[in-house]
Amino acid sequence: MSEEQLVRKIKDGTVLDHVEQGRALQVLEALSIDGKDGNIVTVAMNVPSKKIGKKDIIKIGNRFLKSEETNRIALISSRATVNLIRNYQVIEKRKIETPNTFVDVFKCPNPTCISNSNEPIRPIIDVLRKSPPLLRCRYCSRLLSPNEVI
Amino acid sequence: MTNPFFNRDIISIKDFSRPELKYLFSIADKVDSLDYERKKELGRGKILGLLFFEPSTRTRLSFEAAMLSIGGNVLGFAHPSMSSVEKGENLADTIRTIESYVDAIVLRHPMEGASRFATEVIAKPVINAGSGTEEHPTQAMIDLYTIMKVKGRIDGLNIAIFGDLKYGRTVYSLIYGLSKYRPRIFLVSPPQLKVKREALFGIDDKIKVSEHKDITEIIEELDVIYVTRIQKERFPDPHEYEKVKGSYIIDSELLKSGKDECIVMHPLPKVGEIAPEVDNMPNAKYFLQVYLGKVLRSGILISVLNPDPYSLIDS
Repeated sequence: MSEEQLVRKIKDGTVLDHVEQGRALQVLEALSIDGKDGNIVTVAMNVPSKKIGKKDIIKIGNRFLKSEETNRIALISSRATVNLIRNYQVIEKRKIETPNTFVDVFKCPNPTCISNSNEPIRPIIDVLRKSPPLLRCRYCSRLLSPNEVI
Repeated sequence: MTNPFFNRDIISIKDFSRPELKYLFSIADKVDSLDYERKKELGRGKILGLLFFEPSTRTRLSFEAAMLSIGGNVLGFAHPSMSSVEKGENLADTIRTIESYVDAIVLRHPMEGASRFATEVIAKPVINAGSGTEEHPTQAMIDLYTIMKVKGRIDGLNIAIFGDLKYGRTVYSLIYGLSKYRPRIFLVSPPQLKVKREALFGIDDKIKVSEHKDITEIIEELDVIYVTRIQKERFPDPHEYEKVKGSYIIDSELLKSGKDECIVMHPLPKVGEIAPEVDNMPNAKYFLQVYLGKVLRSGILISVLNPDPYSLIDS
């Protein structure tokens, strides 16, 4: 079955293509997309891909995600591509870039970090090195690999 | 140099440059040289909040003594059971409340990163007195100050950090502090208590660091041995602890095999990792560290609370 049959084209919105296989739900969570705004969100997982074997695809109707938003998924799916669609036409194509800081995207895995307490605090993870990624919790200073936070 | 400490948070030793530390040490020297009455003028009218969410007699009393010695006042609590935390109040609300009463806050908290979070919540300066197993910046400043006072320099010294390098909160700050100078660092610990990888991130290319199991291999080279306590509770197997404990003791015999002028330091409390006979040897500097701790913390408080501490001291 082709991709076209699986996921309908959208008129306006954002398409995240080439999302790492099986990571679509994590991507939605990182983007804080929960469907509560009433817009159509289509998720396809394990879609055959010539380039990467299998991939996930996410189509978000009527929302045009900015770079600062889509870059939040850099550690979850760095190969994903972002297509902004207007009237069925691609008006912008972007790659994901790793930001210098992730605010409120990942929890620090250190259970004794203050960011895991009942304090009014948003977890902040700084990116010390982009390739290969090396992270550090802004609060407890623990060095982290992407696997520890995803 | 304009006072780099005025109104500044002291969260990590990493945030301070070598010239800034030099400035602080010079303020501390000046404070120490003043007579009792002159000292009492420096902090008059200032109030320091001591918020200890985790018991720490030594650090708390040192800050308290430092503030009282410059004529300031202190308020706060020594244990969360003595505050509204017991009623379920969070840290943010507690420090916001105390901020109204004081000029600066000294904070110790069991959770890592608590002091950094506190700086986001309040505008008044926060001094980290230890958060979880994270850094203890003022202790590191004291350690550097002590080495400077005794040895006259840090550059070029061979410094061993010995004992529990994994959980000792003073160790991380000390390593970062030393990395601002050019010493050679020997990390000596049982394999299960080696430093965490973050301790060396970004500094192992600046200074020469090596890891060792046995101090006797390097004792002849050492100028400073910084001893930390190996805690029994860190070992799941008590038998393992007993085995390790015996080989991590500094005694007079070991010191005699090293340089005469090799000094022994310890953040205290010590419980057996330094043999009692060492206390009376000229090498032992840990009680000097305690004294200099009060002096340096006075210097920190004066510098944090006043825009121009030099004029204040010289007036």
